[in-house]
Amino acid sequence: MTNYILRQGLVHSASGEEIADVLIVDGKIAAVAKKIDAPSGTVEIDAKDCWVGPGFVDIHTHLREPGREEAETIESGALAALMGGYTAIVAMPNTEPALDNVALVSYVLDKGARTPIDVAVAGAITQGRKGELLAPMAEMAELGVRLFTDDGTGVQSPSLMRRALSYAKPLGVTLAQHCEDEDLAGGGSMNEGEYSAKLGLIGRPALAEELMLLRDLELVKLTGAKMHFLHMSTQNSVALISAAKKAGLPVTFEIAPHHFTLDESACSDFDALFKVHPPLRTKTDVAALRDALRDGSVDAVATDHAPHAPELKDLAFDEAPAGMLGLEHAASLTVDAVGDGNSGRFFEVMSRGPARIAQLRHSDARVRHSGQGGDLVVGEDANLVVFDPSAKYVVDRDKLHSRSTNTPYHGRELRGKARVTIAKGRAFNEQGEIA
Amino acid sequence: MITSIRGGNLLSLNNVSKEAILEVLDTAESFVEVNKRTIKKVPALKGRVVASLFFEESTRTRLSFETAAKRLSADVLSLAVASSSVKKGESLRDTIATIDALGIDAVVMRHQSSGAALQVSKYVPHVHVLNAGDGQHQHPTQGLLDAFTVRQVLAERRGTSGLESGAELFQGLRVLIVGDIRHSRVARSDIAAYAALGAEVRIAAPGTLLPSSLEGWPVTVVDDFDEALAWADVVGLLRLQKERGTGSFVPGLGEFTQSYGLTLSRQKLLKPSALIMHPGPMNRGVEIDSRVADSSQAIIERQVANGVPVRMAALYLTIAGSSEGSDND
Repeated sequence: MTNYILRQGLVHSASGEEIADVLIVDGKIAAVAKKIDAPSGTVEIDAKDCWVGPGFVDIHTHLREPGREEAETIESGALAALMGGYTAIVAMPNTEPALDNVALVSYVLDKGARTPIDVAVAGAITQGRKGELLAPMAEMAELGVRLFTDDGTGVQSPSLMRRALSYAKPLGVTLAQHCEDEDLAGGGSMNEGEYSAKLGLIGRPALAEELMLLRDLELVKLTGAKMHFLHMSTQNSVALISAAKKAGLPVTFEIAPHHFTLDESACSDFDALFKVHPPLRTKTDVAALRDALRDGSVDAVATDHAPHAPELKDLAFDEAPAGMLGLEHAASLTVDAVGDGNSGRFFEVMSRGPARIAQLRHSDARVRHSGQGGDLVVGEDANLVVFDPSAKYVVDRDKLHSRSTNTPYHGRELRGKARVTIAKGRAFNEQGEIA
Repeated sequence: MITSIRGGNLLSLNNVSKEAILEVLDTAESFVEVNKRTIKKVPALKGRVVASLFFEESTRTRLSFETAAKRLSADVLSLAVASSSVKKGESLRDTIATIDALGIDAVVMRHQSSGAALQVSKYVPHVHVLNAGDGQHQHPTQGLLDAFTVRQVLAERRGTSGLESGAELFQGLRVLIVGDIRHSRVARSDIAAYAALGAEVRIAAPGTLLPSSLEGWPVTVVDDFDEALAWADVVGLLRLQKERGTGSFVPGLGEFTQSYGLTLSRQKLLKPSALIMHPGPMNRGVEIDSRVADSSQAIIERQVANGVPVRMAALYLTIAGSSEGSDND
C-alpha cells in the first residue's frame, strides 16, 4: 500500500481542530502532529487551506442495482460518492427487486466490497416494500444491516409500523421512515400551495409529511424503539422532532441538500429535474432548514441521491419519476449553508452524525466496515477527506461520475470541493488513485 | 411579461399583457368576416404546416383549431397520438422530434399533463407551439375566445364594434366564475384574460373545488353564490370534470347542482343583461339547467363560433407574425 502524508491542513477531529500533518501508513492513520518527518517513499499531499477530516458518510443513497443499472450501479454510485468526498454510503433498499432478504443484501454487500469505499445496506422493513408483511429483519441484522426502511414510500399502516418497531427494538436496529401519508400525498407531484395551484399540478401537502411524523413519534413513545426520519423538509417537521428529542425520545433526522437550497418555485418551468419526494417546499421551509443546520438541531445531511435515466426525466412533470442526484455536490451545498467558518458543524452533519445513525462501527467481519466511526482516530483505517472550502467550480452534468445526469444544479457555480478522498487507506482525486 | 405573441408561442395567459391579448382579439375581428364569406379561406398561411397533436381526446377544440388552420390555407398534419406512438411507449420528446422531422411550422397540442406544451416548446424551439389545453394548467385560446365573445356581445349592444372598443368594455366588468375551479385549465386562462383586460373577477365553488391556494390570483371568493349572481355582468360556468375525479370532491352531482348549479330559479337572480357562458361540453342538468343553457342570456354557441376566428388569429400571429424579412433565412 502507498503511504501518504497530508501536509498542513486544518485537521478536524472530535477533540478540535489544528493545522497539522497526517501520516497514513499501511492504510491506517499513523500519526497526527504539527510537523511530521515522513519516511522516504511517502507520497506528499498538500492540504494547505483545506480541511482534513473524517470522510463523509451518506446514509441515503439509491444505487439502482439490481434492477435499474442503466441509471446507476453499485460501482458507479460508489465512484460518485468517492468524488464527492464520501468514504461510506448506505444503499437504500428500493431496488428491483427490493433488498428485503439476506441473498439480495449479500449481493449488494459483496459488490460494494469491491468498490474503493464502504457500502452498507439498509434493508426493507416490509416484504417487497409493499407495506403488508414484515421482512426478515433479524436475518438481515445478522449480516450487519443496522438501518431498515421502505424509503420511496413510508409504511402507511399504523398497526404494521407499530409491529415493525416492536420487532426491531430488541434487534438493536433503527427503522428509518420516509414520512408521507400517501392518502394525502398520492397523485401529487410537487408541494401543495401557491405554485401547484397556479401550475395546475396536484400537490403533496406538508401535512402528509407531518402527520406521519406525528404518528411515528407517538409510536416511538409507545414502543421505545429507535427511529430515524429521512429527508425532513418542512419547518414544522423540524420543530416537531426537535421537541420530541428534547422530551427524550430516541429519534434522529436528516435533511437533504435540495431541500435546503431549492424551493417550490423551481418547478415553475415544469422541468422534472426538480421533481422529488418529499417535494421542494416553500422559501420559509428552506430558511428554517438552513437555520436548523446551523443551530445544531439536524443530526445529518443525507443526499437522497436518486439517479434516473434521462428518458424518464423527459416525461411530463406528473409522469416523471421523483428524485435527483446528490452525492457529488452535497458537501458544497452544505458548507455554503453552515458557513465556511464552521468546520465543526460541517463534519458533524457530513460525517459523525450520519456514521452514528448508520452504526457503521461494529464488529461483524462480513460487513467489512473499515473503522468508519465518523471520526479521525490514530490507529484506525484511514477514511478521510481533504476538503477545500473555497474551491469554486461550475456544475457540469456531463462530467459527473454517476451514470445519470439528473442534477438540478447544472450550470450553477458552487464553492467547496473534496480535493482528495482517502478511503480504506487509498487516496483518490479527480485523476484517479494517487500512488 | 409577454407583450405580443407575434412570432412566438401561445402557452399560457399568465404573464401575458393586456396589449398582447388585445392584439389577438383585434386580429380575430378581421377573421370573423372571413368565416361569413361563401369562400371561407384566406392565403395567409399558404405553404405553412401546422401539426395538430392531441394526446388527450378532444373533438371540439381539435375541430376548431384544424378549421382555423385550413381557413388560413395552412396544411394540417393531424395526429391522434393517444392511439399511436404513446401506446408503444414513445416519449413526448421523441414524438415531437419525429413530427418535427416531417417539417412543420407550428404544433397545436393538447396533453393530459400540466406543462406539456411548455416542455415541447423547449424541445423544438424553432417551432411555434400553441397550447390547446395542458392538464389542469392552461387553455389559452379558450380564455381568449371567451374574452373575445364578451367584448363582441357588449360592443353590439352599444352599437359599436369590438375593434373600436379596445379594452374599454372590460373596465369594471363583473365576472363571476363558478364551479370546479380547482381542476380547470379554462378557469386559469379565463381569470388571467379577464383580469389583464381590467375586469373584476370573483369565483364561487364548494370549498373542495377551490384551488389549494389562491395566493397571487386576481380574484375574490364569494361567500354567497346567490348574491354574487345578482352582482355579475358575466357568469362563466365550468364543466364539472367527473373524469378528473371530481366525484370525490363533492358528495354528489345532485348536491352540487343544489348549491352551485345555474338552475332556472337561480337564473331569475341574474340581471337581465347578464351573460351566461360555458366552455363546453356541458353537463346539462348538473352545472347548468338545460333550459338556462338554451335561453337567450346564454351565449354558448357564440363561444363555439368564435373559436375559429380567435384560433385563426393565434395561428396567424405566432406563425406569420415574425415572417417579414425572415423568409430568406
